[in-house]
Amino acid sequence: MNAPRPKLEPLERHPLFVPYDVPLATAAEREVFAADVRDRPVPDVSHGPILYLEGVSVSFDGFRALNELSLYIDDGELRCIIGPNGAGKTTMMDVITGKTRPDVGQVFFGQTTNLLELREAEIAQLGIGRKFQKPTVFQGHSVFENLELAMKADKRARTSLFARLSGEQRDRIAEVLATVGLLGCEATLAGTLSHGQKQWLEIGMLLMQDPRLLLVDEPVAGMTEQETEQTAALLTSLAGRHSVVVVEHDMAFVRSIARKVTVLHEGHVLAEGDMDAIQADPKVIEVYLGEGA
Amino acid sequence: MRSLHTPRGWAVFAALAATLLAGVPLLNALPADSALHLPDYLIPLIGKFCCYALVALAMDLIWGYTGILSLGHGAFFALGGYAMGMHLMRAMAGEGVYRSELPDFMVFLNWKELPWFWHGFEHFGFALLMALLLPALLAFVFGWFAFRSRIKGVYFSIITQALTFALMLLFFRNETGFGGNNGLTDFKRLLGFALADPAVKLGLYLLSAATLLGVYLLARAIVRSKFGRVLTAIRDAESRTMFCGYEPLYYKLAVWTLSAVLCGLAGALYVPQVGIINPSEMAPTQSIEMAVWVAVGGRGTLIGAITGAAVVNGLKSWFTAAAPDLWLYALGGLFIGVTLFLPEGLTGLAARLRRRPAPLAEARP
Ligand SMILES: Nc1ncnc2c1ncn2[C@@H]1O[C@H](COP(=O)(O)OP(=O)(O)OP(=O)(O)O)[C@@H](O)[C@H]1O
Ligand SMILES: [Mg+2]
Repeated sequence: MNAPRPKLEPLERHPLFVPYDVPLATAAEREVFAADVRDRPVPDVSHGPILYLEGVSVSFDGFRALNELSLYIDDGELRCIIGPNGAGKTTMMDVITGKTRPDVGQVFFGQTTNLLELREAEIAQLGIGRKFQKPTVFQGHSVFENLELAMKADKRARTSLFARLSGEQRDRIAEVLATVGLLGCEATLAGTLSHGQKQWLEIGMLLMQDPRLLLVDEPVAGMTEQETEQTAALLTSLAGRHSVVVVEHDMAFVRSIARKVTVLHEGHVLAEGDMDAIQADPKVIEVYLGEGA
Repeated sequence: MRSLHTPRGWAVFAALAATLLAGVPLLNALPADSALHLPDYLIPLIGKFCCYALVALAMDLIWGYTGILSLGHGAFFALGGYAMGMHLMRAMAGEGVYRSELPDFMVFLNWKELPWFWHGFEHFGFALLMALLLPALLAFVFGWFAFRSRIKGVYFSIITQALTFALMLLFFRNETGFGGNNGLTDFKRLLGFALADPAVKLGLYLLSAATLLGVYLLARAIVRSKFGRVLTAIRDAESRTMFCGYEPLYYKLAVWTLSAVLCGLAGALYVPQVGIINPSEMAPTQSIEMAVWVAVGGRGTLIGAITGAAVVNGLKSWFTAAAPDLWLYALGGLFIGVTLFLPEGLTGLAARLRRRPAPLAEARP
């Protein structure tokens, strides 16, 4: 991924491509797909931020995992979030993606879309993609099928029964395969990929949804040094076109990609700024970096 | 999974179709003293196996492909069977032991007129529709609440057991109006054809076999579609499907209801061949046995479900003749053996024996 991107050939001409037995879409089906993609509401980012969390609190059996958390992510920004174990980083992502409902607080996507009124699938359809802390891909499907299933499209049961892949959609899959460095693995069963490859596939699945906002939980956990570098390059290349929020423990990694870092501690923001300012902040040193990181 | 969609998959299907639709009638037509002659009494037995195989296909769609283990499919099967049984009872009005317009058990209970829910079943078309619609309705309502509350895994399996158990208790009662623990039996004819006639039995068998083959093709088309790939995705990582923008509820509900309808169809084909339907079909063990068929044959392959239903029921027929007391032990042993040594069932074993080491594509990040 550090190397210049390979020029993209149509997937069919790739030497390792295994022909896939889904017939191509008719013109009418392509029109339906195009209409669906056109109709997706665009978040209103006229004021800068694409994501607003304001005064969000979440309790589990009296324990406050998030404590009046307020956080703003700008459109196109790459934000790193760090914090000790149990700081509430994953819980914050659960709240944004609709998995957990906060006790109080507000979560808005752009100026107008209240995420707290929507279910998981609806939030995903708005263009908020999420990578889990533990890589979750569809083990029983090939890499190609994983990307196909993740692709932005009409996701209703009725339409999926007769869905066909268009040429553009195949090209899109080929493009993402190249972006995440899995070109040549499209026919491999996802369950047999290495840990690092699964992480990339999962990021690829997020990209297939053309997300405006990507939430990436611990992308380099368990990766080799080389894989970590490649992942850093990948995430950096995604910023700008997408807004990216990365949660990570690996300080070297955070330093290599971060422009702005937010430190979470006991469910609220302890400090925010560039990496040097953060590392010099006495509060941060006390709770987090002081522990030897 | 992929092996079904290859030319070899088609060859297996063609061989199965030829055996069921041509082989069995031909062997049956041989002279009675021929060594290969298939006696008449075996025809309804093979027909019964076809109905069980149909149930196994339905089970495989919901369990093998979607990862939802139902231990209550016997209820849907029995509902289809009762709907058809009610028609068969109405079709012989006036010919029972008491020569009454009412079914014998109602006369016995001193009932004077037909309960309202028995009306309409004198029409074959209505009964067939009910055989499909009643399981669909029950499955839809049950599934709606269970899936919407995100009840999963073993909890779901347990409440499906409770469902079939509750229905069994309900049907056991004489007052419910379905013949109590004797159920419905002593049928005479279907659409004017005498059920005792060997030619009619052969016809019913062929209908069951053709239905099985047709449903196999339908199920195959479903699992090959994107819909089918989403089902497998739900099985492997349900939360990921949600964050990809799918609503698992509707996918699960659709395949769950379809699965119940297929069981109802199997029950409707089963009853005229077996000649009886009673609440024992709803016994919890019956539904567990259905899961064992699929486990033995191999989950998530469709053909494995058919194989499993045939093998387990073939063994069961042999045991009930040779050593009836040993059957439950044999079934338990089979299930444990398969779980421990053949997690992918008989089809998995066949694939393992055949498989060459598959080359893994190298990653080129
Ligand atoms: N479903 C839950 N029920 C009860 N407690 C929970 C639940 N989810 C999270 N918690 C608690 O909330 C706190 C915050 O958890 P969270 O997973 O958000 O932390 P994190 O910052 O992601 O930590 P890590 O770095 O270990 O991933 C933890 O103390 C955790 O035990
Ligand atoms: Mg976490």
